[in-house]
Amino acid sequence: MSANLAAVLYLVSGVLFIQALRGLASPESARRGNLYGMAGMAIAILTTLFAIRLDFMTLVLVLGGLTIGGTVGAVIARRIAMTAMPQLVAAFHSLVGMAAVFVAAAALYAPEAFGINNPDGSLHLQSLIELSLGVFIGAVTFSGSVIAFAKLNGNMSGKPILLPLRHIINLGLLGVAIVLVFMLGGTHGTGQEAQSLFWILTLVALVFGVLLIIPIGGADMPVVVSMLNSYSGWAAAALGFTLENTALLITGALVGSSGAILSYIMCKGMNRSFLSVIMGGFGETAAAAEDDGVERNVKRGAAEDAAFIMKNAGKVIIVPGYGMAVAQAQHALKEMANLLKEEGVEVKYAIHPVAGRMPGHMNVLLAEADVPYDDVFELEDINTEFGTADVAFVIGANDVTNPAAEDDPTSPIYGMPVLNVWNAGTVMFIKRSLGAGYAGIENPLFFRDNTMMLLMDAKKMVEEINKAL
Amino acid sequence: MLAIASDLAVDPFVFRLAIFTLACFVGYFVVWSVTPALHTPLMAVTNAISSVIIVGALIAASAHAFMGSDESVKAAFGMTRAFGFIAITLASVNIFGGFLVTQRMLAMYKKKG
Repeated sequence: MSANLAAVLYLVSGVLFIQALRGLASPESARRGNLYGMAGMAIAILTTLFAIRLDFMTLVLVLGGLTIGGTVGAVIARRIAMTAMPQLVAAFHSLVGMAAVFVAAAALYAPEAFGINNPDGSLHLQSLIELSLGVFIGAVTFSGSVIAFAKLNGNMSGKPILLPLRHIINLGLLGVAIVLVFMLGGTHGTGQEAQSLFWILTLVALVFGVLLIIPIGGADMPVVVSMLNSYSGWAAAALGFTLENTALLITGALVGSSGAILSYIMCKGMNRSFLSVIMGGFGETAAAAEDDGVERNVKRGAAEDAAFIMKNAGKVIIVPGYGMAVAQAQHALKEMANLLKEEGVEVKYAIHPVAGRMPGHMNVLLAEADVPYDDVFELEDINTEFGTADVAFVIGANDVTNPAAEDDPTSPIYGMPVLNVWNAGTVMFIKRSLGAGYAGIENPLFFRDNTMMLLMDAKKMVEEINKAL
Repeated sequence: MLAIASDLAVDPFVFRLAIFTLACFVGYFVVWSVTPALHTPLMAVTNAISSVIIVGALIAASAHAFMGSDESVKAAFGMTRAFGFIAITLASVNIFGGFLVTQRMLAMYKKKG
């Protein structure tokens, strides 16, 4: 295959990837978009296989890798629970990062295979810088995603871990990395020394990735997951420059900007600057200030009361949060909505942008429970409707309904857009306890007269309401 | 001679930079038009497509030392093929896992009625 034909085919696969993302503008076109994505990947792989020298050993390595990896991936995709999607995405990010590290290593060990060497076997300085960037971002993506996975999967506490002098340590590591890239440039990429420097750089990046994610608390996970998504894209793009491959360049740019935009949307959903999220430690200081010792009245309710009120309501808006995901309550919730609809009640769902542990987390869970997507609304589309609702049914959410964000300038979440559930006739909270939210902030709504607290596991409570209906 | 040639011709790097820059803008507009309800499938599918890095892994797995290369070069090429194999395996998990899990998620989004 001629180099020009290959380059055109890589361009085609890049365009198909753009189509794959373009499809996600609506659920109908998304399924077709996904097929475009698969076609783009197939074209990229086949083009490469035609361009390289395929001897027996290579064929074994290629088919072996594809079979092993493909089987593992397919099995995971089939078995994974929808509630575990944030962990899965974090795990996938780590694999992209790791793959980037190994591809960069390959380019350094055998530049001739990639056609990036000078006639004397040394590497272009430019290629060395590109692959250093690729390996650095790749390794940061890998170790950062491993930590994010451990936090999301519960292998590690979601609490921020704050090392003393962490900002100085991080800056120091960055400085060391830059010096290492300079030294690597000095070796022209040849010999044992270049290889050692490469792996030291990888190690520094791995440590940096860990230190970057450990100070970030559980509530900021949607930003972390989006950010790592972005990094995995930039790593791919950097290697796209090294390998002079258009498909990789386009994809890297797409994924990089996609993650960056998602991070921006998540930060805006929390009224936090990206920098303050990266600096970490949110939720630590606020948690210490809770419990002012004042005893306040809380109106508790039973499942029967909740069922009675909702049955006689005209309109119920359901506000799901991470607690719904933890309790796996989405199916019971959908059943409740069906029972209410049979009684003639209008039921809608309101989703806050940062509900759950990753962007769009709640929408996927509701879709899994067969909730039609035209019943599900984003914050800005439904926020004014709470005034006309008889019941706001908050299940496993807390901070995203906290009125302190609007009227208490001293609150850490002041200025964050929140769902105005308090405008509804009655607010029902399903929670396991009266504890503060992930941000460590008490919700004054719990103590209002028109609030009914339903303190129980979300799934059990909804099931009991269903029985009473 | 070389110096003159390099003054007249544009470094191919600049063309790649142009593609990359324009692709960033394409990404910006395309991703803003993604409905928030599909942000999770968006992350899953970007995961899958960023594994196109497998093209680098495939080249690595096929690396051949020239005949008569010395031992250290041969060893480096052996390592390269191993790196290629590992990277193919990792990227394949993502490609198959990413596209299939996206497909599974998208199949769940239904309209009323």
